[in-house]
Amino acid sequence: MRRVQVRKTHKLFIGGAFPRSESGRTLVVEGANVARASRKDLRDAVRIARQAGAGWSGATAYNRGQVLYRLAEMMEARRGALAAACRGKDEVDRAIDRVVWYAGWADKLAQVIGSANAVAGPYFNFTVPEPTGVVGIVAPAEPALLGLVSRLAPPLVGGNTVVVIASDAHPIAAVELAECVATADVPPGVVNILTGLRGELAPWLAGHMDVAGLDLAGADGDAAELERLGAENVKRIVRGKADEQSPYEIAAFLELKTVWHPVGF
Amino acid sequence: MTETKTPARGADRAPIPASWDYAPAPEARDIVKIADRYGLFIGGKLVEPLSRQRYTTLDPSREEPLAEIAQAGKADVAKAVRAARDAYTKTWSKLRPSERAKYLFRIARILQERSRELAVLESLNGGKPIRESRDVDLPLAAAHFFYYAGWADKLEYAFPGRTPRPIGVAGQIIPWNFPLLMLAWKIAPALAAGNTVVLKPAETTPLTALVFCDVVRQAELPPGVVNVVTGDGRTGAELVASDGVDKIAFTGSTEVGKAIQRAVAGSGKRLTLELGGKAANIVFDDAPLDQAVEGIVNGIYFNQGHVCCAGSRLFVQESIADAVITKLKRRMSTLRVGDPLDKNTDVGAINSKTQLDKIRALVESGVAEGAEIYQPPCRLPERGYWFAPTVFTNVAQSYRIAQEEIFGPVLSVLTFRTPEEAVEKANNTPYGLSAGVWTEKGSRILAMAARLRAGVVWANTYNRFDPASPFGGYKESGFGREGGLHGLEPYLRLEPR
Repeated sequence: MRRVQVRKTHKLFIGGAFPRSESGRTLVVEGANVARASRKDLRDAVRIARQAGAGWSGATAYNRGQVLYRLAEMMEARRGALAAACRGKDEVDRAIDRVVWYAGWADKLAQVIGSANAVAGPYFNFTVPEPTGVVGIVAPAEPALLGLVSRLAPPLVGGNTVVVIASDAHPIAAVELAECVATADVPPGVVNILTGLRGELAPWLAGHMDVAGLDLAGADGDAAELERLGAENVKRIVRGKADEQSPYEIAAFLELKTVWHPVGF
Repeated sequence: MTETKTPARGADRAPIPASWDYAPAPEARDIVKIADRYGLFIGGKLVEPLSRQRYTTLDPSREEPLAEIAQAGKADVAKAVRAARDAYTKTWSKLRPSERAKYLFRIARILQERSRELAVLESLNGGKPIRESRDVDLPLAAAHFFYYAGWADKLEYAFPGRTPRPIGVAGQIIPWNFPLLMLAWKIAPALAAGNTVVLKPAETTPLTALVFCDVVRQAELPPGVVNVVTGDGRTGAELVASDGVDKIAFTGSTEVGKAIQRAVAGSGKRLTLELGGKAANIVFDDAPLDQAVEGIVNGIYFNQGHVCCAGSRLFVQESIADAVITKLKRRMSTLRVGDPLDKNTDVGAINSKTQLDKIRALVESGVAEGAEIYQPPCRLPERGYWFAPTVFTNVAQSYRIAQEEIFGPVLSVLTFRTPEEAVEKANNTPYGLSAGVWTEKGSRILAMAARLRAGVVWANTYNRFDPASPFGGYKESGFGREGGLHGLEPYLRLEPR
């Protein structure tokens, strides 16, 4: 007897939960019904990401590194499902390795990106990196999984919280990744992933006053308009590459804080 | 003032004056030769503007004209950008980095040699006290060139795993509060990284930038590496819009910064912005009060409060509020407001009529909204643009004087009870440039420093600057850093090795 498969409902990922869109809308993409997030879903996600910021940025770097490593563990355990949502096992392997690579950066950033500064006077002066805040990511379409992971991991390991607009064309990889995130001890609200129509969501993400940074990796013709909208609160805006790996990807969403104190008895 | 007291002891002693007045101690201005009119500095020469337009730059302390300045138009900006591009491709990018370094060292030395002249000119054209131009602006400007000169041939050590390359032509727009120092902050790292520049000084303070062109000439810098186009905001907008510019660096108001960010959107131009601020200066009950009061005064009255990182919101722990305010008012009464060229002057002239009007309007709003105003008795000169040092108490968070950048010698005092409340209130602003913390408790300094959303935190000090120390904002105070290793990054493309 042939067993009838239990199918998955592809939902949004907001605040550690998997809600449907409050609008009740879905899209048919890649042969599945996928939630079509509304502006209200986006605003909820930003609000929750902002609330989650204090905890995540306040966590020790060691802890953040372990959580990211745990994400790689969860991805390893779900290789099959992830592979089905992208180009295959090779891409999954690279995505997992990338998460492991970034996990190791958490407690090294301050040493590589920060500095002690020799000022001409009796002052102790140092510079440390800190997270920017809520980072909005317009995920690239290809490679569906590796591209998303390449844009998500850097702001995350730096201590930011993120709101991702998944690619219109390949949202399933984002939904699968959300399920890994949900079981990886990532605190609720630190990663939020919305599926739907980019054109409908991205302008509201770019213009949102509680979003501090913007990665427009997946934007094309709309990039200039999104950058313009981002200027309203002086967002840090990058157009990240879908397959890039370096500490400078992390630095794009780090602020540098310099502290002075007099030296004396 | 020479009121005398009856001698307390001994009739044989001379009467003791109740207070000593300062004799005038003006710095001689004849060290500066100001031309009647200046052209634009393009391709190594001062040239007449194609726009044929000029405006008059003033001494704000006397409202007297100093010189006729060119208002660069679109064609002038295009010409300057072409000169910068030519210099980039033909000379500057081909020069060995160690040779580039030596040019910058030369500039640093010439600035030191001509520092008295430039300090006097800075005070004449900008209104700031000579004590500050002499002791802060000039030494720091020279130090900036000296610091970045040393980086020019060491760039490969700055960014692990990357090969640094120059960007090309940088368009740089600077403000009027520290004209020559901001020029140094912009030009030194840009040139060290191998770029050429087109700099637009502020409309009201072009003179030190124009004399800097003579420094460039003395240093025998290849023509076109540094170009200076003067003018108002229209000139800046032309520079931002220019297709030949690869990078824009702007220091100025948040409003203009946002307009620039919108203007370059989608162009692929690199951008750094150093914008406004509304810094919190936080005094805890265990702080050394006399020291803190000096820090408060330096924080807000330094350079007439024309400082983007000025400590314009004072948060005092409630239990010591009365004591701090009393000490502060007493200290304010000793501030000497007047002739910028007098070596005893603490607070000089407001930079322009426009700025004075803005300060007045905001101060009026503070009074109207219900804050209590205090200004020490001081006689302001009749001519020129002046504003007395001002402190507001009884200020609510919602008042405009607690929210908006005044950019003048105006302090708003607020109180708090717990460190959490101080952090909450201090961060309750779209700005995030700087902050101050005064306490004797080390762990509290570090906890406060970590939680204040600001790019520079001064603990038990305020308004310190150094070329080795990165400076720049969080949030709507901008992005990118100036100073230090981090100040190189905006002027480099970091290519994978």
